[in-house]
Amino acid sequence: MVQRNNLDAASETAFKRDLVALIPHLRAFARTLCGDAAAADDLAQDAILKAWDARSSFQMGTNMKAWTFMILRNQFYSEKRRSWRQSQLDQEAAERTLVAADDPEAPVALDEMRLAMAMLPSEQREALILVGAGGFAYEEAADICGCAVGTVKSRVSRARRALHAILEQGAYDRDGSPAGEAMRSILSDAERLSGPR
Amino acid sequence: MSREKDALERVSFPLMNDPESSEPRGSDPEPSIDEARLRQQAIGVKLRQMFDEIVNEPVPQDFLDILRRADNKRAFGGQD
Repeated sequence: MVQRNNLDAASETAFKRDLVALIPHLRAFARTLCGDAAAADDLAQDAILKAWDARSSFQMGTNMKAWTFMILRNQFYSEKRRSWRQSQLDQEAAERTLVAADDPEAPVALDEMRLAMAMLPSEQREALILVGAGGFAYEEAADICGCAVGTVKSRVSRARRALHAILEQGAYDRDGSPAGEAMRSILSDAERLSGPR
Repeated sequence: MSREKDALERVSFPLMNDPESSEPRGSDPEPSIDEARLRQQAIGVKLRQMFDEIVNEPVPQDFLDILRRADNKRAFGGQD
């Protein structure tokens, strides 16, 4: 896959610096798409290499974060089409990721949130992540997902409603904690975070 | 202003000004609009926290290695 590279040395250095700075964000996005942390890192690395190979087609000054997220997303869905992974996010993988997240201070609600996110259809999950956590505008998210702005908006709002319902009802696969526990915990966390120090 | 508080406000989910989200609430008198807004904000904070937690992880060395390898490939004019 040879791609002629027309960048001068300075542009190339700048490109690489920006790409390196985006690695943490690409890893986070990949993790929300795949669930499984190891598969997510493989995906993120593939996307980073693809971005590097395609560097001469990147327009300097445009939104590199959105560009790389789009590459990663395309990579995810093309690999999924080749079915190297199950079509649905693998619940067991999500559980393993949970176990790996071992901040003893982290409230249980963070885990429940992960499980609840894993239950959303992937289009809704990615839209919600891009807009709700990735810091993208609806228009940028639409570019990344290759769909209309209105589609992103409706996916995001459906995702929010679904997430709320899942957390409220405790509909995710859980280990015996009572329904509504997750939402209560999330609310009290938010209060704690926003309250006076 | 603390970072977390900032996050909470920043989240200000576009939910409420999103026309598509204004579903009828007639059949569901509870929770109130304010309460629903609060819940959505709380979910937003949690979501961002979940994402940021990964962003803040140290980058595994492999990631830096692949770019270095890509560089070498170029320097030596090879393609693996």
